[in-house]
Amino acid sequence: MASDGRTEFKYEQTPIFNKMTGKQSILFENPPFIIAESSVAGKKEGEGPLGAYFDEIVEDGYFGGTSWEEAESKFLNRAAKLVIKKANLKNSDIRYLIGGDLLGQLISTSFGVTDLEIPLLGVFGACSTMGEAMIIGSTLVDGDYADKTIAITSSHFASAEKQFRFPLGYGNQRAPSASWTVTGSGAVIIAKDSPPNRKVKIRIKGATIGKIVDYGIKDNSNMGASMAPAATNTISQNLKDLNVQPGYYDKIITGDLGHVGSDILIDLLKQEGYDISSNHMDCGIEIFDKDTQDTHAGGSGCACSAITFTSYVLKKMKEKEWKRVLFCPTGSLQSKVSFNEGQSMPGIAHAVIVEAE
Amino acid sequence: MMSNKAVSAADVAMEKDQKLREYKYNQYVKDKTPTASIGVNVLNAFWVGGSICTLGQFLTNMFMKYGASEQLAASYTILSLIFLSALFTGLNVYGKITNFAGAGTVVPITGFANSVAACAIEYKKEGQVFGIGCQIFTIAGPVILYGTVSSWILGVIYYILKTIGVV
Repeated sequence: MASDGRTEFKYEQTPIFNKMTGKQSILFENPPFIIAESSVAGKKEGEGPLGAYFDEIVEDGYFGGTSWEEAESKFLNRAAKLVIKKANLKNSDIRYLIGGDLLGQLISTSFGVTDLEIPLLGVFGACSTMGEAMIIGSTLVDGDYADKTIAITSSHFASAEKQFRFPLGYGNQRAPSASWTVTGSGAVIIAKDSPPNRKVKIRIKGATIGKIVDYGIKDNSNMGASMAPAATNTISQNLKDLNVQPGYYDKIITGDLGHVGSDILIDLLKQEGYDISSNHMDCGIEIFDKDTQDTHAGGSGCACSAITFTSYVLKKMKEKEWKRVLFCPTGSLQSKVSFNEGQSMPGIAHAVIVEAE
Repeated sequence: MMSNKAVSAADVAMEKDQKLREYKYNQYVKDKTPTASIGVNVLNAFWVGGSICTLGQFLTNMFMKYGASEQLAASYTILSLIFLSALFTGLNVYGKITNFAGAGTVVPITGFANSVAACAIEYKKEGQVFGIGCQIFTIAGPVILYGTVSSWILGVIYYILKTIGVV
């Protein structure tokens, strides 16, 4: 009891009884279920180590369209339709769709979902968008404002190169720390109830919403280094808010830190007193084989974490190889204008607690 | 401000001053980030760049053999190299060669042609005016602008030197 007679609130002792947990975290009262997931990947991703896990691989970089932007919309459209089909639902069963991408004004998402006629919330968190969309989608479901939502995101190598760097045909050498934008789209359906026949149910237990962390990195070919401090901040805050150690999770999965950023993350978290070297995994490292695919630091882009999560990670969880993971997509928030004007690259990371039961 | 010794993660984590922390983090990241192996890159740039120049010389000799003057042969050579570069850009080959050879393919006139052709192809979708018209020199623009400005400055210097009788 505090001196003024009221009960002193100590979230550390009773995390599960509070929807608002610690400083930045959420624990859901009725954790929503992930009832279906889809992953549509490009050719290079299909040739990578995770190729066998994807639902669909699209060989044509244009996806039958005429521009890279149109192609990316088609990837997103395909992933949305596929996830609805896999859940045996109709478009009208989905209450809201929460999605975003890397392109200016979210054109990939808005053109990609037009024919679905599902109410849309467009979100931007650079490559952390999947985490942001899943947090909003599950919060709406747990709050009874929706029974089913879709969280979706996409990215495309060529449209990202065109927007952030150079036209595709322009010859230039990429730095060893540069990453390769993943082409594809991943989606999940987040629902209040799970179909009863499921052997393993996947639930979103909670989340930690990250803040912008900027350690002054200005080199846009080293995005891993710009995002690693943000990932450090979000992961350590999650562990503090829940009062747990890294071993609480079977895997701590970052989005696209790549080889350089992952090293830095493990190093920085050690300074906070957490050792995640044994259970850390990075989607950017997993999705490509850097020796044979010439992808340097690894994969990046919204789809990097999204399609790795909706294929490889959820499969491992359905097999109960991993029972609890912290899925932490990471984003580097610069634009071409801010970069040219000499600004640094602020990072952000959102963490989602996913459990199999 | 700082000595040259390696900055550790602990140094970064313990630094409270934001500006100093940014400085230390950048130093720390520099140590952590792999660098391209200069030796191999220089070697590849040398032999690929050299091959392009040899091809250029071969073309010049050939045009002269067929009766062109030296100046005309040089113009034909430049035209031919630009054509080949644009062709290989369209065939999606030039970028791959550059990924291997770096400056060896960027420095010769073929690199300049590649930067123009790549923009023309990429922005064609945005229309003849706002696409190709406005954006064809997105990469080559600085070379054209500053090339013109520096040749103008050199021209002024040459004029002054000539007036005072040095050259």
